[in-house]
Amino acid sequence: MAATFELEVATPDRLLVREQVTDAEAPGRNGYLGILPDHAPLLTELAPGVLTYTTSGGKRSVVVGGGWMEVLPTGVRVLATVAENPNEIDLKRAQAALDRAEQRLKESGEMDIPRALAAAERARARVAAAAQFGR
Amino acid sequence: MPSLIDFRRRIRSVKNTQQITKAMKMVSAAKLRRAQEAVLAARPFANMLGQMLGNVARAAAGSDAVKELPLLQPRETVKTAVMILVSADRGLAGAFNSNVNRGAQKFIQDQPGVTFEIESVGKKGRDYFRRRGFAISGDHQNFSRKPVYADVAAVAAKVSQRYAAGEIDAVYVAYNEFKSVMTQRLQVEQVLPVPLTESADTTEYIYEQPAEVLLASLLPRYVEVELWRSVLESTASEHAARMTAMDAASRNASEVIERVTLQMNRVRQASITREIIEVVSGASALK
Repeated sequence: MAATFELEVATPDRLLVREQVTDAEAPGRNGYLGILPDHAPLLTELAPGVLTYTTSGGKRSVVVGGGWMEVLPTGVRVLATVAENPNEIDLKRAQAALDRAEQRLKESGEMDIPRALAAAERARARVAAAAQFGR
Repeated sequence: MPSLIDFRRRIRSVKNTQQITKAMKMVSAAKLRRAQEAVLAARPFANMLGQMLGNVARAAAGSDAVKELPLLQPRETVKTAVMILVSADRGLAGAFNSNVNRGAQKFIQDQPGVTFEIESVGKKGRDYFRRRGFAISGDHQNFSRKPVYADVAAVAAKVSQRYAAGEIDAVYVAYNEFKSVMTQRLQVEQVLPVPLTESADTTEYIYEQPAEVLLASLLPRYVEVELWRSVLESTASEHAARMTAMDAASRNASEVIERVTLQMNRVRQASITREIIEVVSGASALK
């Protein structure tokens, strides 16, 4: 059995994951980060994207809609503003949200650009995850 | 001496009340289960966020950029403060509402010289403080029916903004913490300036972003999550308090019914005895 560390993924309304994993890959604000056991303590903001990790039962993934990740000597904690299992995603709804966000960005005007951009980013992550892992 | 009909009426009325209290108890029990699950699910995030915030703040303490973050800056003198009061929209929950109200009032009285405004979540708290002439800076209702994160976040954003703008010097939250179904404990906590837990443990972190950038995004979220947790705790406490109160009321009603029934039977027996005596003495008078 390879070395493992504890991965916790929490959102304001639930604890989504608490498992022993052998590796994890998280969507950092500056690009994806791979975490292996005994990683140095690290703190980063997370961008919307797919968090993948390997347990004894195989590869798993969850979609996070942004948040923070803290790598501690004892394990990895992900605090996500939103997080879902890929099979919980409503692909149609996510696709619709993505279309809507892109539409808004095209029209721009006095729209709230950062907000629309963030919405588009979140929707894109959901769509990608649903297409890749869902069903 | 009340007549038999009076007793029957009394029993019927108490039975009706009992039916209502029983129904309310059942409803609260069902709602409590959901509210309890929500609190338990929300606690890990709140705790982890608090720890993470503490870790970053400690590791980055001393840096000027961090000291300048508005939500961390304490004021030299506190003149005006906001009390976020989490109460219920309805009564009939035992000591639930008066607990928060009186606790918050005591907290306010213990700080003379500070003008408090009340940001009220729940109708009962608002009514209490309005009657006592406090300024109500905000009035939010219907949170406890089904708490929605966005509603709570809006309140958090409002107080954070007012604090950053220098309108207010401190923000507190008062709510009933859900200990167990039987016990709810009043909590008054400081929300702003964000209190940081002191600890000797300093882990050296690799920062992907500068500490002040991380803190700037963590702090508003922390305020939101603290309020969110307070609202969930209060919701669970409300249902628990109501359930206990209604259970006590139902039991009380049973007692009253028992006592009145006993009295009624005694009166009925007495009248039967009297009638028999009348019949017997009437018969013996004929002999």
